[in-house]
Amino acid sequence: MSITVETVARIASLARVRMSEAELARMAPELSGILDWVEQLEEVDTSSVEPMAAVIPNHLRLREDVVDADPLTGGGQRDAVLANAPMAEHGFFAVPKVIE
Amino acid sequence: MMADLTDLGVKAIRDGVASGDFTAREVAEAFNAAVAGAAALNSFIVTTPDRALQAAEAVDADRSAGKPLGRLAGVPIGMKDLFCTDGVQTTAASHILEGFIPRYESTVSRKLWEAGCGMLGKLNLDQFAMGSSNETSYFGNVTSPWRKADGANTGMSPGGSSGGSSAAVAARIAPAATGTDTGGSIRQPAAFTGICGIKPTYGRCSRWGVVAFASSLDQAGPMARSVEDCALMLEAMAGFDPKDATSLDLPVPDWSAALDADLRGKKVGIPREYRMDGTDAEILEQWERGKQWLRDAGAEIVDISLPHTKYALPAYYIIAPAEASSNLARYDGVRYGLRDLPERGGLQDMYAQTRAAGFGDEVKRRVLIGTYVLSAGFYDAYYTQAQKVRALVARDFEQAWTQCDVILAPTTPTASFPLGSLSDDPLTMYLNDVFAVPASLAGLPAMSVPSGLNGEGLPLGLQLIGRPLGEQGVLNAALAIEQRAKFAARPDRWW
Repeated sequence: MSITVETVARIASLARVRMSEAELARMAPELSGILDWVEQLEEVDTSSVEPMAAVIPNHLRLREDVVDADPLTGGGQRDAVLANAPMAEHGFFAVPKVIE
Repeated sequence: MMADLTDLGVKAIRDGVASGDFTAREVAEAFNAAVAGAAALNSFIVTTPDRALQAAEAVDADRSAGKPLGRLAGVPIGMKDLFCTDGVQTTAASHILEGFIPRYESTVSRKLWEAGCGMLGKLNLDQFAMGSSNETSYFGNVTSPWRKADGANTGMSPGGSSGGSSAAVAARIAPAATGTDTGGSIRQPAAFTGICGIKPTYGRCSRWGVVAFASSLDQAGPMARSVEDCALMLEAMAGFDPKDATSLDLPVPDWSAALDADLRGKKVGIPREYRMDGTDAEILEQWERGKQWLRDAGAEIVDISLPHTKYALPAYYIIAPAEASSNLARYDGVRYGLRDLPERGGLQDMYAQTRAAGFGDEVKRRVLIGTYVLSAGFYDAYYTQAQKVRALVARDFEQAWTQCDVILAPTTPTASFPLGSLSDDPLTMYLNDVFAVPASLAGLPAMSVPSGLNGEGLPLGLQLIGRPLGEQGVLNAALAIEQRAKFAARPDRWW
């Protein structure tokens, strides 16, 4: 299966990665090559198996339902959370205006 | 004082500090100097000599005060720059995280500091751990300390993604380092540089605070120059962590104390499907020697079949990029890292421009593949099918465990290659991990141990794969090989 430049442009848009025409043209044959190669998986008869998401048996746990069970993630960390923000104002993350 | 402290491994340093043969400070100073003198390898993104000294001084003070010492007290290590370190830049070797200074410590690194280790610095890697040659880092290639014996001085790959870790440990500028393994990123670089590295069972080491690549596969592990040093490091790194939902709530065995190279009564499986076209003849020869060594240690060698081996790598190249495209969605220019806002651009322009500027080519390639295979209309054909094949790969191993206790295979299909020689060809690069990926998909413990040099003077490694939670069996078989291979070669210093 051949991936067209238009398809790469659509995926790049879904993935929110801006790409130039030259980059799209370079990426299209690379992605085609990789996807052609992974398509050999079609040969495998998987009619009797369930898709595997977890490889080692484990059970899901619930933490105790108390405030600040883990102080690091429990809240009251505004300044630490904002410390690495490219732009923070008035105790919030700042982004370009999204409403006209 | 000993002639050269930087020749010592983890156990020798710990024991020497504990017995007072030398101080932790002397060790830290020696390694700090070695790191400073090895800039040509580019194995560190940032060095933290003060952190190493601070930790050493604390150990020396505790010892003087007669306080009990941690199990790795006085051992300075390199930390792969995928582990968040409180107050020290953590980049995953990417531009998008350049300047990111975490306000918290990853569980694995915290446990190592609590055991008495000090940090020499943050080690270079393939960007977001995506690569097999350490050529995708935003901060430049890592060069292996090893060179071919032909005198041409060609720069060789240290493997990847843990290439800074492998180069540093092989060059004796760190006695040990952390690595992470998603599809071979500990074992392949260990094999390329003549050192040991173990990826434990998925869930042994907490993923909390480790920059995520493919969460169902990512697993931390140690890299060091002996099997015993790896066992000691892993004991400090492993253990239950409620902050990681996939962490295993199990006690950490005392692997180093139980090391035993007597393999009488053990069966070693040789998977016939690992004898692939294109595998280097010298690799196959080492595999034969490995069988002899394990037989000599008392093991019985049995032929086994892992019929879905050939499909493991293509399944991996659907699952890992799919998970990566989801994990890397967090890099949006809002909360941390780079922001690139085009003039008069809106929020969507900021996302797309930030990610265009912040991700390297290999990362973009994998994010796009992942986005494609998860997109409407393709999800079942690619992603669901890959997860089903993953189940079949895991089932192959389950069936193998009815016939053997541990599996012996090559770690890689070739020795290291010159930097730049494969970087234009993503598919050939991916094939480097053909022997490593099946154990990753099945979540199994697996280790690489050096077996010898090839005709060009480059190291080769053998891989041992164990049952779930079977780290001891893997370490014991690796020890039996280590004792017989007697690998003592080291790179000549050119850096």
